[in-house]
Amino acid sequence: MCTTCGCGGDGATLESHPHAHPYVPRKRSAVAVIPPAPDEVRRIEVEQDLLARNDAEAVANRKTLAQLGVFAINLVSSPGSGKTTLLVETLRRLAGEVPVAVIEGDQQTSRDADRIRAAGAPAIQVNTGKGCHLDARMVGQAMQRLPLQNGGLLLIENVGNLVCPAAFDLGEAHKVAILSVTEGEDKPLKYPDMFRAADLMLLNKCDLLPHLAFDADQAEAFARRVNPAIRIIRSSATHGSGMDEWIDWLRAGAAAARREAAAA
Amino acid sequence: MHELSLAASAVELIEAAAVREGFSRVRRVRMEIGALSCVEPEALRFAFESAAAGSCAAGAALEFLVVAGEGRCSGCGATAELETVYDPCPACGAHPMQVLRGMEMRVKDLDVE
Repeated sequence: MCTTCGCGGDGATLESHPHAHPYVPRKRSAVAVIPPAPDEVRRIEVEQDLLARNDAEAVANRKTLAQLGVFAINLVSSPGSGKTTLLVETLRRLAGEVPVAVIEGDQQTSRDADRIRAAGAPAIQVNTGKGCHLDARMVGQAMQRLPLQNGGLLLIENVGNLVCPAAFDLGEAHKVAILSVTEGEDKPLKYPDMFRAADLMLLNKCDLLPHLAFDADQAEAFARRVNPAIRIIRSSATHGSGMDEWIDWLRAGAAAARREAAAA
Repeated sequence: MHELSLAASAVELIEAAAVREGFSRVRRVRMEIGALSCVEPEALRFAFESAAAGSCAAGAALEFLVVAGEGRCSGCGATAELETVYDPCPACGAHPMQVLRGMEMRVKDLDVE
């Protein structure tokens, strides 16, 4: 609607009104029709989500990934859950079969990306500095510098943090939460947003279960209480249990991404 | 401290509104924050003060409108207030409650001059 004369709202126009003044079409019309005096306070309706821009960039990333036929996974967990070891083992098992690219998010250092490159995969390290999570823009920029291949995987290792990454869509197909058995069974209840946002949970370091008081059934029950639809795999990246199921899940996702890109 | 990023996003939204609407100073910002959202309002207030420095929102009062959590039972259809995203349905005990309200994180309106 024209803020000077009020015409243009809902397609309405004022008769004999030449519209010599500039106006910006707007959806909301809570702006005063008469321009206020300079020191007069007026109210502007904004009604915009704080995550609106991140979400828009995530949509763009998702579209790019769909066109390329790349299956993208956002791996989220506490620090020390074994994400990087899991990734290195994943790369080893998929070597020569599925092309994998990795984005590593950490506040500081390129140690994780160095480990991934040593395992033979292209990796970009994103240092978030003071930031506690990756956002869609960081991932979009990193994607441009990675050789993403049709039918391949993009594994995004988020900053170790069970709180903040839950809110930030990166454009991934799925969030995968990793909970290690050296943590508490009740993490899903303490950090419900993350376990609610995840489609798959890896209960990792299961080889250590005989040495711990950790109740794996209870941990699974807590995760399902927060997210009844969550799929759970008990895994050990170092001993290999559950890894076949995890790798098959990744393979199936990559194959589906390739099929969907070809059909589009 | 994702509140820092959220505060920076809020300032960006406000600066874009300033260009669009032609105002130079914000006196008050009202944000809707859902009780189930992952935002700690006082952390957001603290972050906003620093994120707004040097912008048209510098020194603006920040007011939160807290939106209570509300969900509908996916089993029996009852609606109830939610304190957590995984509260069981008080009527039938079934999970999950579908969240209807309480996840909001938005800039609602501005008082500007």
